[in-house]
Amino acid sequence: MKTSLMKGAALGALLAAGAAVAPASAQDSIYVANNAYRTGPFSGSGIPIGDGMRDYFTMLNERDGGIGGVKINFEECETGYDTKKSIECYEQAKSKNTVVYSPWSTGATLAAIPRAHIDKIPILSMAYGLSASADGNQFPWVFIPPLTYWDGASVMVRHMANELGGMDKLKGKKLGLIHLDAPFGKEPIPVLENLAKKYGFELKLYPVAAADMQNQGSLWLSIRRDRPDFLYNQGWGAMNPTAVKEAIKNGFPINKLVGVWWAGGDDDARAGGAEAKGYKSLSFHQAGANFPVVQDIIKHVVEKGKSLAPKEKVGENLYNRGVYNSMLVAEAIRNAQRLTGKKVINGEDMRRGLETLNITEARLKELGMEGFAAPVKVACTDHSGHHKAYVAEWDGTKWTKASDWMDPLKEEVRPLIEANAKDYAEKNAGWPKRSEPCEKSS
Amino acid sequence: MSDVAARPAPNLLSNGWIKAGLILAGIVLASIVGAQLDGSGTLHRVLIDPFQQMASAPDLLVQTIWEGLVSGVLYALIALGFVLIFKASGVFNFAQGIMVVFAALTLVGLYEKGVPAFLAVILTLGVMFVLAVTIERVVLRPLVNQPDIILFMATFGITYFLIGFGESVFGGNPKQMITSELYLPKGAIDAKILGGFVSFQKIDIAAAIIASIMIAALAVFFQYTRIGRALRAVADSHKAALSVGISLNQIWVIVWFTAGIVALITGIMWGARSDVSFALEIVALKALPVLILGGFTSIPGAIVGGLIIGIGEKIGEFYWGPLIGGGIESWLAYFIALGFLLFRPQGLFGDKIIERI
Repeated sequence: MKTSLMKGAALGALLAAGAAVAPASAQDSIYVANNAYRTGPFSGSGIPIGDGMRDYFTMLNERDGGIGGVKINFEECETGYDTKKSIECYEQAKSKNTVVYSPWSTGATLAAIPRAHIDKIPILSMAYGLSASADGNQFPWVFIPPLTYWDGASVMVRHMANELGGMDKLKGKKLGLIHLDAPFGKEPIPVLENLAKKYGFELKLYPVAAADMQNQGSLWLSIRRDRPDFLYNQGWGAMNPTAVKEAIKNGFPINKLVGVWWAGGDDDARAGGAEAKGYKSLSFHQAGANFPVVQDIIKHVVEKGKSLAPKEKVGENLYNRGVYNSMLVAEAIRNAQRLTGKKVINGEDMRRGLETLNITEARLKELGMEGFAAPVKVACTDHSGHHKAYVAEWDGTKWTKASDWMDPLKEEVRPLIEANAKDYAEKNAGWPKRSEPCEKSS
Repeated sequence: MSDVAARPAPNLLSNGWIKAGLILAGIVLASIVGAQLDGSGTLHRVLIDPFQQMASAPDLLVQTIWEGLVSGVLYALIALGFVLIFKASGVFNFAQGIMVVFAALTLVGLYEKGVPAFLAVILTLGVMFVLAVTIERVVLRPLVNQPDIILFMATFGITYFLIGFGESVFGGNPKQMITSELYLPKGAIDAKILGGFVSFQKIDIAAAIIASIMIAALAVFFQYTRIGRALRAVADSHKAALSVGISLNQIWVIVWFTAGIVALITGIMWGARSDVSFALEIVALKALPVLILGGFTSIPGAIVGGLIIGIGEKIGEFYWGPLIGGGIESWLAYFIALGFLLFRPQGLFGDKIIERI
């Protein structure tokens, strides 16, 4: 209890110190705002992500003295996964001239998108948020690499086809979508409906109200009645461990339950005990501490006592997701520095850096991330890249890679995204036409 | 008020049961007409199809009712925590939810520090007792005889204090409930009945039994003991109770401690179904429709209300939910409660408040 008390106090002190110091160092550092939710019903997922994000930047500051010789002033703003609070955080980030805003919730992203286009602050919603924002023509200030929820849902369909032995075998099968009854949970529905029509499988929806995240009894009874062949879980927070437990309880074959990448927390799977072995989740990066980048974090941050994460949690799936997100931010900053020749960049430079982001296999190796993730390339019109994902499997103690890297069904997803983006612009009267020029190199 | 209003003309519709009967008859009539009009349309799906499903797969019906029963008993237990405090302090205890989280976190937290499971339970009870005493000393005592709304707002204060305190002590990480260490059973009993199978989770059976025992014990305790009588006196009037020598402070500590025990048991049972995190706080709010339905002041009301809501929402969700896209459970509970309120505004067993003008 003592250590956690101290940790709590340390966190409090850290937040207080961050708030006090930030304006003074605005000139010689780059300010990066990050929404966090270390409290509230979703803190189980929020804590490891926040730790990973924070530790990567601390490592860059400790090991390399920042990026391009400029220290990164990384600051968390606590939202408790509450959209209302996220707007406060957005305003705070804006007043401190953040170069990028990471909303860390789909609701917060939706709330920030209209504001950011006026304030000219790039939003990085890494594999969450509004899928349609992958259209750079309509959303020049929003970035959603490496893939969108729609891509994820299409990867799920591809995985289902692989298991069944071909796309043509999908006909007549039943896919159930368990989803949080909130903007985040409902994101994949349009694309799955489309794919269901095209490939002739049946889509069943199982919404979970936020108040019933831990009370899924009747939902699983419906699943028992409907007998879907596969289940895709677009869940978050306490909803995921409950779903894993209920699947086991209700005798649903656990290896047919596949979570979106956010349902792939170590704690989510651990809740099911030994019987959770075989639970699956999509992912776009690897778990584990055996990567040079994670080893550097351990060496420069964790072992120096500068991390909030206990050492055994470093390298867990969601921790590494935080690291991955920070890596995207850091690489975009580096890219913006290269493009503009400036050391201390601003939001508009960062937008250019994000739009021409190109992390190659070679660059990943330099970063100590060989095999950790697939290369990422963002373009002027394509703000996501629709990159590969794979299916991870819980082996009882950790997440392992259980499939090859799979491309999303881009040819299905992309037209939907463009149509949807256009629709968004039309529905929001006065949506600004893109005036930002594309980079010549992209 | 005029004499006419005081002695209204006999009106059949003023009798709730007759009204209910008429509405029911109307529904039946409409369903028959509806079924005639459209063989497989909306009416058919609303009024006929669910019952056909129940008849064709009775095992699923039994399973649904069982799930509803288990949740119902657990709701009743949570509602009881509210009722006791409402009776004693006249307030809706907004902090009940966070007390569930706090109790469960304390239990798991102590176990993680190496305290044996059952000792951890006893120590947690101790913590809940200290909490009850503290709340009485620091929050309730200075507010004696203040308007109810002040006490209500004070429970908000307690909530935010416990959230902050809990997070700084235990952190926000979700934890696993120590079910097997507490010798709570695992696995399921699959019973083959009615041409299918019904699976009874052992943990659910245990939950239903433990919650029922708790409820029975509390009901007996507060109905038939000296303290129970004192509680009812306090519920009627703080001042009058004080004047006959009932110690308000003692009653408050007992009631808040009892609410703490209820919170711990709720925390263990719900924690076992999911994990122990601050999300458990929301579970306690499931008791709200139960309280509306059963009446804020009635122990039998909490029990019957819990069962009606539990079974009602599960059956509603399972058979009628798919018609409108599912996920109706959370508001259906309020809907059921509302339906009952139309006929008994004071709740099923609530005290009828008569205020003469």
